[in-house]
Amino acid sequence: MTQDIWNFIFIGGSFALYIWIAVRTRAATTKEYYVASSGVSPFANGMATAADWMSAATFISMAGIIAAEGYNASRYLMGWTGGFVLLTTLIVPYLRKFNKFTVTDFLGDRFYSNFARAVGVICAVFICMTYIMGQMRGVGLVFSRLFDIEIWAGVMIGASIVFLYAGLGGMKGITYTQVAQYCVMVFAYTIPAIFISMLLTGNVIPQFGLIGDFTKGDGAPISLLSKLNALNADLGFAKYTDGSIPKLDMFCITAVLMCGTAGLPHVIVRFFTVRSVKAVRKSACWTLLFIAVIYLTAPAVGAFARTNLISEIHGTKYSEAPSWFKNWEDRGLIAWVDKNGDGVMQHQKGDAFLKKPVYSPDRVEGGPRVVTNQLTENGNEVFYERDILVMANPEMAGLPMWVIALVMAGCVAAALSTAAGLLLVLSTSISHDLMKKIVSPNMTDSHEVLWARSASFAFLAIAAYFGINPPSDFVAKTVAFAFGLAASSFFPTILMGIFSKRINREGAIAGMIAGISLTLGYIIYFQFMVEHKNYWFGISPEGIGFIGMLLNFVVANVISMITPAPPQEIVEMVEQIRTPQSAGSATH
Amino acid sequence: MGSPPGDAPHSKSSQSVYWSKSLKIVGVILTLWFLVSLGCGILFRDFLDATLPNIGGAPFGFWMAQQGSILGFLILLFLYMVLMNKLDRDHGFEEGQ
Repeated sequence: MTQDIWNFIFIGGSFALYIWIAVRTRAATTKEYYVASSGVSPFANGMATAADWMSAATFISMAGIIAAEGYNASRYLMGWTGGFVLLTTLIVPYLRKFNKFTVTDFLGDRFYSNFARAVGVICAVFICMTYIMGQMRGVGLVFSRLFDIEIWAGVMIGASIVFLYAGLGGMKGITYTQVAQYCVMVFAYTIPAIFISMLLTGNVIPQFGLIGDFTKGDGAPISLLSKLNALNADLGFAKYTDGSIPKLDMFCITAVLMCGTAGLPHVIVRFFTVRSVKAVRKSACWTLLFIAVIYLTAPAVGAFARTNLISEIHGTKYSEAPSWFKNWEDRGLIAWVDKNGDGVMQHQKGDAFLKKPVYSPDRVEGGPRVVTNQLTENGNEVFYERDILVMANPEMAGLPMWVIALVMAGCVAAALSTAAGLLLVLSTSISHDLMKKIVSPNMTDSHEVLWARSASFAFLAIAAYFGINPPSDFVAKTVAFAFGLAASSFFPTILMGIFSKRINREGAIAGMIAGISLTLGYIIYFQFMVEHKNYWFGISPEGIGFIGMLLNFVVANVISMITPAPPQEIVEMVEQIRTPQSAGSATH
Repeated sequence: MGSPPGDAPHSKSSQSVYWSKSLKIVGVILTLWFLVSLGCGILFRDFLDATLPNIGGAPFGFWMAQQGSILGFLILLFLYMVLMNKLDRDHGFEEGQ
């Protein structure tokens, strides 16, 4: 059987499964559509949340980022897992007890203000839109590589599938497809990692391989990380285990990712689908466990992939390059330019040439693809796209073809599951928070579901458009927005809404506006308006959300102190959500 | 002990005792959370790398940043669940399942 047939079997099979689940779980009422009738088991919700949380970027790019950045990449590892501790101890048990459909519902009710509700809608739509564009792009890329079709066709296939099960099935459809998607992802991620760990370190468990000895070849055993540090040093890179980001910036970025995670609406609403506050706590444990399986493996994959890549490429004659090198070169993700004309590949610090490779059609039989980019002065001759590290891993480890197909199915599952969760929040923001709560409160249930379906169709069309025509590196730059915004708006405001009875409407609104303005202003200024990087105290745009969050806390408290206290029924509501008894099932 | 499903009335004072105890639990969990991640992984990382023994082949602070902190979070969430469930039982706030 050829690779293509295996790919068709795995991708086609997984799609058939997702659609079958969607058809079985079609939602009819708003309660089914928004929160799956709050009847999901903690275990299933844990898997679904893990799949929801881990996006195409996590699945495909994270190991590549770790390989390239070493210690610096710890900010993502700690940030995207540590956020769940904040989420579980500070946010979700109380919002579950509050017992409504959306995060924005809480802002609107707790701060007795449709203005706060509207700010919530705008933030939720903005955060989810930036995210979902990247997912659609990811699906398109995988498809175009797999089946040799244009990216737009890949995006359209992905969008149709997501609409089928998220638009029609609502939360109920999403939940059970996400469970299936998590299973695909976890096998796709760990199986190649286990094999490559055995290959390089002789250790079956990748996490032990990471701290174990490098045993490939016949050199004296040396610890894997020392070997990697030595390789990096030889080629002029910083030591793998050293960091280059200043401590304060590293601290701020990690804190933003943590607080942002705890404020992301598509993650919070997943916990509205379980039965009780007790079930929320249990489900949070499952969620983090399922996420940790992949997050604990990623650093091992990153270190293995880098060791393998450098030792197989650097100093090797092109004519003797491993077959995976040539495969990915054919797909345009690897390039080699023989700067010194010795026929041997040299990999060093710096870019081999400017920008992404542009290949000329001329190629000598058996020779490398010719790149027409302007070359750089440094000695590096090799270009590779970071994302290939996960996708090429099975080939580097010499694994059978079905494993490669499984990894591809995993990439698609990661992108689709996140896109579906985001789409639900987007459509709910319009149908419930905007139409039902602000514009036309007398709308019937079936009308609301219709609005939700139409909104998800519209948002998906926009996301697909940007997936096909990404505004240059706009998406990469706006990821900082999504977390900065969640950390400076939703997280502190919800937190104060639960833990303080004194914070009132005026304080919350002023705090949110101050936090968002500082964060957005700083990011826009440094990402789009100026070229220099004279950051305040060395805090990069990625980390500024932390300062935005602190500002939100200060402004909200000061303004609340000088304006009237919230009404008595709000104070009672806050008291009521602080104790878990009889959370009941979610209502309007 | 546990209470029947539905709302058994709780006095204001028992609610405020429950709340102050749950704040204590959250406070302890979050202090540990800060120490294992932002503390060991970033702030005291150089110090830990230099003074504590390596974990296998990895410097201690580096290992905490890429592996230990995540394992720590798992333990903390489990601990939170156990402590909060016990608090619910002790104060009669247990939910009817």
